[in-house]
This record gives sequence, structure tokens and C-alpha cells, in this order.
Amino acid sequence: MSLATLTKPWAAFSYGFLDASAKRELRRKMLKAIAVPGCQMPYASREVPMARGWGTGGLQVTLTLLKPTSRVKVIDQGADDSVNAASIRKFLHRVSGATETWDTLDATIIQSRHRVPEERLRDDQILVLQVPNPEPLRPVEPNMSTARQMHADADYGRLWLVLYEQIVRSGRVMQGAAYPSLVNGRHVMTPSPIPRWDVPKLNMARHLTFLSAGREKRLYAVPPFTRVEPLAFSDVPYKVEDHGNLTCSRSGVTGFFMNEIPQEDGSAVHELSDSHLGIKAIRRAEGEAAPIGATWYQNGEFRA
Amino acid sequence: MTATQLHAQLPPQLMTTPPLLTVSGVNRRFGDVVALHDVSARVYPGEVLGIVGESGSGKSTLLRMMNLEDTPDSGDYRLALPGVTGNLFELDRFARRMLCARHIGIVYQNPHLGLLMKNSSSGNVAERLLIAGERSFATLRSKARVALEASEFPLARMDAPPIELSGGMQQRVQLAKAIALEPALLLLDEPTTGLDVSVQALVLDTLKRLQRDRAITMVIVSHDLGVIRTMADRVMVMRRGRVVEEGLADQIFQDPQHEYTQALVHAKL
Repeated sequence: MSLATLTKPWAAFSYGFLDASAKRELRRKMLKAIAVPGCQMPYASREVPMARGWGTGGLQVTLTLLKPTSRVKVIDQGADDSVNAASIRKFLHRVSGATETWDTLDATIIQSRHRVPEERLRDDQILVLQVPNPEPLRPVEPNMSTARQMHADADYGRLWLVLYEQIVRSGRVMQGAAYPSLVNGRHVMTPSPIPRWDVPKLNMARHLTFLSAGREKRLYAVPPFTRVEPLAFSDVPYKVEDHGNLTCSRSGVTGFFMNEIPQEDGSAVHELSDSHLGIKAIRRAEGEAAPIGATWYQNGEFRA
Repeated sequence: MTATQLHAQLPPQLMTTPPLLTVSGVNRRFGDVVALHDVSARVYPGEVLGIVGESGSGKSTLLRMMNLEDTPDSGDYRLALPGVTGNLFELDRFARRMLCARHIGIVYQNPHLGLLMKNSSSGNVAERLLIAGERSFATLRSKARVALEASEFPLARMDAPPIELSGGMQQRVQLAKAIALEPALLLLDEPTTGLDVSVQALVLDTLKRLQRDRAITMVIVSHDLGVIRTMADRVMVMRRGRVVEEGLADQIFQDPQHEYTQALVHAKL
């Protein structure tokens, strides 16, 4: 018996880019994160061929989850065609053989920055969110050791105080993105910088959500059918962005989260933030077969 | 005479209720420095205990222990409150925090220790209520207003951050924060030191009125005998980490027994 018979044939890199031990560690931490919803699990964030801050955390989780039969969609601020989304998707295909897709209905793994798709996710789909700053307590407690103790004690009074101050100062809650949310009645998490519009989509959802910060080396999860409650006073209800009656200037669709596009004359038009939903709407209007799934929002109202 | 012997002789004879606060046999060393040596104290419900002593006599250390910010090398601390049992020095961090938030209010000499300087004054008071689980904005607002009013804070400035306020006002915000949850015990660590005499008189006035209206049990630490004379029912004199004399306020001021107390009282008068 020679050494050559015991080892695998040489390959340029491991399947899914990360080596086996890295993936095993990530899987363990992902299981832990699912076991304690919303609790941040530290993990050894590996080097990937991308700069920290560009979605390395999400990328590592996606690489760990991939298999050759996966169909992967990558979203950057709602768009599938931005340079960042396109290169991450291409990279994922190259290292795993997974199929690239733009369609939410078709995808099995969706890696996203700043948005949750408008179409409802199913229980066979996994959403991976890239997180720049996983610590909801950072604005109120710069010392991370103390912040961890505060999580352990469920000491979230200071976060509520931030909301109190915003209402006193501005008459309403000013927190736009990364709205602190209580997961499963225990841990407060920052749901990555998704808009307020997207937070209700995580509540009692059928799909599994991973949130991973590569630079900060923390990952946490929202398992299926888990409560995600944005912090809100009992007499000041949680409000999503006022986009319910805006119309997309390209597809003519109404009632979804829109991007505002400033015009030269000082006015602004809007277009659907979820770009592929817009594409499907346009195709449909032109008479092509483009199935659109059930959406979380209908006529601008959230339907549980 | 040790502190234990003092206790055997000196609790006020008219008191029939058990003490609210009992600290006994507290020892604390910081390296070679003995901060507290076998210190014991009792405070009865509705009473004001004054602790006097020179700088470094251990009076602030004792107060910090009463607020459960520091644990002694040995000692026993009990509060006679419903649902509070056992030696409080042995509580874990979580239980300690909940107990402090619910039952103990504290006013520090330095407002930076007790207040969030960048938040609004009403927010500082509301934080206490939020920790206790209040989740209605309207209730938070009205309760903060009531507490600030009780500490005679001008309500027109209730949303100004403490950093913009004068020293006297900052102490009033601290006081409002301390009494927001109507604690059983109010600890005051040199509450008027650093204020000018007229403002000092006003703050003491507020404290006195609060004490009268709500019958809050207070422990007040000061090196200023005037403050202690105005506020305290009973006085404890500390020196080098030991209790040297303890008695009713009049007794201490009119007929001091220990030579250090004598020097202190005569230096003042």
C-alpha cells in the first residue's frame, strides 16, 4: 500500500472552495445558531477571495450549504445584476457546480445583501443574509464583553431607550434599517440592514434564515416558524416604510418596496427594488409565461 | 469598642420594627489598604442614616457595597423586603441587577456615574422603568414626568440632555431616576458636594421633602457635617475603615464621645 492509494487525487481546491475542516466548523456553528435562535455564535471566519465587508460572512455560509444540485440566487440591494451579486454568483457556480438563477421561485439558496425577496420563500429554501455589524447593542454599549453579558441577562433596556429618545426627539421611530428585533422572545438581533419593510417577512416564516458577519466573525439564525418581533412600544405600533401606494415606473407594479431614482429636473421616479420581480412583471405584461409566486405584501399590506 | 458591641447598645429604643437594611461584619481590603474592617450597620424603615468621615475612611466603599456594585472579602447584607432573602453579597450578577433596579435608588456625587449624558433627562428616568419592563410610551412619559416633578426639576427642560444642565439640575435628574420606581432604599453619595451653597440648600430641601412625603429609607454619605445635621436621624462616624462612633444625630453633635468625633464636631462649629 502506498501513500498515493490512500489520498484523493490532487485538485486545485476543495469542493465549495472552503476546506473540509472549515466547512465542518461552520456547520457546527450553524447548527448551534439554529438551536438558539437569534444568539450570535462566534466562528473562525476564513479567507475567501473577496475583501472583508463585501459579504464574506454570507459567502462562507453559502459555500458550506452548496451542493451540485443547488440553484443559487444572489441579491445585492434587491438587484441580481449588480457587479457584486454577479461575481459572487459566478464564483459560487465555479467552485460548486451549482446552477445560477435569478428567479426567487427557482432558487434553493438565496444569498442577499440588504433585502428579502418580495415573493414568499418556501420551506425548502434557505436565505443567507450578509451582515456588516451583528451586534444590536453596539450603538449603546461599545464594550463587546459587556454587550455579551447584556445579551446573557436579556438586558435590553438601553435599546428601548434609543427608541424612546427617537420618539421624543422626532415624534416617530427613526431607525430605518437593521431594526432591532426580538427573536423567539429571548435574544435581540439586528436583522442585517434590511429595511423595516422586510422585517415582518422573517416572523413565523417557512424558510430558514442565516445571518453571517465575516469581518465580525459571528453568525446567527432564524429557524422556520420562529417569532421575530421588532421592538416597539405597546402604544406606538411598528410601521413599515410608506411604499404601499408607490408605482414602479418600469413595470407598473404597485405595492412593493421601491428604489427612488432622482431625475434631472429634481423630481423622482420609483422602481421595484426586487429587480427580478420587476422583470417577471414586464414579461408577463408582454404576454410571456413568467410565473410570479405568492408575495408577502398584497396591495401594499402585509399578509401573515 | 467594636462595631458589634456598639450595636448591642445603641439601636434606637423606640424602634419596634425590624431593620430594613442590615450589614454585618463587612471586611474589604484593596491590596495592603484596609478599606473596611468589621463594619456593621442597620437602617430602620423610614429612617435616614448619615455616614460621616474623612476622605478614605471607607464610607463610599460601604455605600457601593450597599448598592451591590462591589463585593466584600467577607460580610453579610440583608434587606427586609418581600421576596428578598439570604445574603445579598452572594447573589449572581443577574439577580443583583434586578434587585438594584427594583429596590435601590442611588445618587452619586459625580452625575457622570449615574446618568447617560447624551440622552434626554426624561429618557434617563425612563430607562429605569424600561429595565423594570414598562413598554408603553405614554406611561413612560407620564411616570418620568411625575418623578422629575417630585424632584423639583423644571418640566420645560425634561427633554434636554443632562450635559446641558447645571450641576444642581443634574443631581435632580439623578434623584428623579433613583425614585422613579419608588425604591425601598435610597443611597446618596455626597449628593450636594460640588454645588454652591444656595443650590445645595435647595437640593437638600427637595431631599427633606421627599423623605417626609414618601417616608423613604435613606443612607446619606457626606464629609459635610452640615448636610448630615440637616438630613440624618442617626449618624455613623467612620475612620480608617472602622466605625468609631454611632448614635442619634443630636447625641453625636452635642455629646461626641470618641476623640475623632470630637475633633470633627469642633472643627465644624
